[in-house]
Amino acid sequence: MAALTEEQSMIRDQAKSWTTEKSPVDKFREMRDKEIANNYFPETWSAMVEMGWTGIIIPEQYGGSDLGFLTFGVVLEETGRQLTASPLFASALVGASAILLGGNEAQKQAILPGIVDGSKILTLALEEGPRHAPQNTALKAESNGDGFTLSGTKTFVAEGMSATTFVVAARTSGEAGDSDGISLFLVDADAKGLGRNAIKTVDSRGYANLIFEAVDVSADAMLGGVDVGLPILDAILDRARAGLSAEMLGTAAQSFDMTLEYLKTREQFGQVIGSFQALGHRAAGLFGQMELARSCSEAALQAIDDDQDVEQMTSLSKCRVGEFLFDMSNQLIQIHGGIGMTDEFDAGLYLKRARTLETAFGNRSFHRDRYATLAGF
Amino acid sequence: MSNEQALNEFETTTREWVKENFPVSLAGSTMGLEGEASESKKADFEIWRQRLAEKGWGAPTWPVEYGGAGLGHPEAKIISHEMAKMGAFNPIPLMAGMGVTMVGPTILEYGTDDQKNRHLKSIASGEVRWCLGLSEPGAGSDLASLATKAVDNGDSFVVNGQKTWTSGADISQWCGALVRTDPAAKKRNGISFVLLPMAQDGVTTKPIKLISGVSPFCDTFFDDARAEKADLLGDLNKGWSVVKRLLQHERQSQTQARSPSSGSKKATLQDKAKTYAGTDATGALADADLRVRLANHLMDAEAHSLTVNRITAEAKGKVEVSAAASILKNSATKIAQTKNELTMEFMGTQGIGWEGENFAAEELENVREWLWGKAISIYGGSHEVQNNIISKNILGLPETTQQG
Repeated sequence: MAALTEEQSMIRDQAKSWTTEKSPVDKFREMRDKEIANNYFPETWSAMVEMGWTGIIIPEQYGGSDLGFLTFGVVLEETGRQLTASPLFASALVGASAILLGGNEAQKQAILPGIVDGSKILTLALEEGPRHAPQNTALKAESNGDGFTLSGTKTFVAEGMSATTFVVAARTSGEAGDSDGISLFLVDADAKGLGRNAIKTVDSRGYANLIFEAVDVSADAMLGGVDVGLPILDAILDRARAGLSAEMLGTAAQSFDMTLEYLKTREQFGQVIGSFQALGHRAAGLFGQMELARSCSEAALQAIDDDQDVEQMTSLSKCRVGEFLFDMSNQLIQIHGGIGMTDEFDAGLYLKRARTLETAFGNRSFHRDRYATLAGF
Repeated sequence: MSNEQALNEFETTTREWVKENFPVSLAGSTMGLEGEASESKKADFEIWRQRLAEKGWGAPTWPVEYGGAGLGHPEAKIISHEMAKMGAFNPIPLMAGMGVTMVGPTILEYGTDDQKNRHLKSIASGEVRWCLGLSEPGAGSDLASLATKAVDNGDSFVVNGQKTWTSGADISQWCGALVRTDPAAKKRNGISFVLLPMAQDGVTTKPIKLISGVSPFCDTFFDDARAEKADLLGDLNKGWSVVKRLLQHERQSQTQARSPSSGSKKATLQDKAKTYAGTDATGALADADLRVRLANHLMDAEAHSLTVNRITAEAKGKVEVSAAASILKNSATKIAQTKNELTMEFMGTQGIGWEGENFAAEELENVREWLWGKAISIYGGSHEVQNNIISKNILGLPETTQQG
């Protein structure tokens, strides 16, 4: 397991220095305050493409570097630390996984090089309600002879306003709740009948609602087979969960570091507040949680690279990292006291990001339930 | 030959050796702290101990000249793994009391050549059992306030005072004790670490009965007991650094949480829960609240063992005692205690038996384990002391408990 390779260490160092110099949390604040279009700076995105981050999980024959998920996690942890906003996760991890897992050779050749060079931005359009429930997919895809016609809505689509291509989960048969009858489609953002609206969330990243009003797609827009999309979708989601956990770990680890720094510098009663045992023990507890969360996050990424115990490990990771991020983001504010409540200070940005990512791809209770089911109870 | 090939080869020869040498009559046996589980198997235990000792596998990572096998941690792991697969076990660390896990490694680090030559081989062979005299009635978490005195008497020290929680003191031959040698110095600066034989007039022991019943713990009284000068471990009045190291070894030995599904033949914790609490139509545990907490517990256990593996991997094979041991000790404690509490809970009234035929052996065993388990967060540095260590040594926060 994860003693990093030399290559991974180099990538981490590169990511750490780039994010702290070029994309620190101040940059995210600036994006929010200036209401930058699509909720990220174009130069952020082009720098990521330049550094090769968009090709980390893509095989070399499609222009990527095929370094695997553990390596991608190293980068995401650093972007998570600085709350960097970009389509990196939505497109180069989730979108690329969808093509790699569900795509045929022609689709891979047509799309993957575009993900790597940044000309295509893919994103998964899955959720239809407030709670993560892939089986409840209801958006209809009806056969129209040549292809399919899609009707329905999608919500909470990450980078939905800047995406060029959506990976859409749709129902080709059965009813919401059935595990059979789901199919995946690639839909161009400019398809006729497809509308999108930005959603303003507490976190200032780009999310959108999509409306499909009889959107026609050709038969070759399908990823995988008819009605059997759920297993592919689950596999895509597990990759998303593992990647997101790594990003969340970074967000939480940075929150921990900020808090520890404050414990060592803030003075009250004539001494630094970290000398009070109540706070020292709280910090010790959070540190222990962080170490355990890190192990889970790395294990999930490694599980995907090894193709072993993927479901258990990703649910463990999303739940445990989620738990640590939940606690840590609350303590970030609590331990900073009044200043933690001000918009001027960064704590609020971390708290808002924390809760937003908690809802994505299944919250803690979703994954606790899944973990228990997988363990046979 | 690559490292991996060498390890594979070692695995094969180990497997063959265990197969040839482990007495089948002992398969699956366990040993209590007191020694051999049953009288009838005594001879076989002794044969097995001797064979392991000859091989140096009682303490495989120690140097050969001191009774070990001079092996690395990966090899040592293979040995215990291969033994476990065949229902075998290494009785020597138990028979040596605190010798293999704590006293020995500390002697290796701080001992004189003479001390190493006199003490280590008999520990590695399991022939001499060691106890530790650290805590006192008035010095628990605040260990440095200990009052047991050792006064210079030429070639030896004269030791007076009371130690408590000395595991196995009544059956040990030697004791490593922390004593005050300079009452005038600041409390951590006047302490020394001495080694002394238990079989002498000035030493008496009295077992302590616990809430779980009989226990290996004792009160140990020193009345003009003697410790030879040659058995001063480390420098005079520098015993605090010796014991800090020794306690790191102790924490290290307490970082392994027992996996909830350990013992492949035994039912898993979730299976047992289903047996007692029942399932719903989907096969899920009928008690939804219990199900959530059980899932959390199993996740804790998994996260813990992943962390042990990760820290081992990051140390690149050399398992060093580290500050991380405090984190792992606390997490192992939580897992062990929660497991027993959950088991009590789902067993319901079958979970509260003390003895007798109304209860299955396993039910009674859990009750004792549950009660005994309350000690885990107290011994070896309490949960709170571990948090002090983490906040000071890892996080670099100011010390809160040191006064003088």
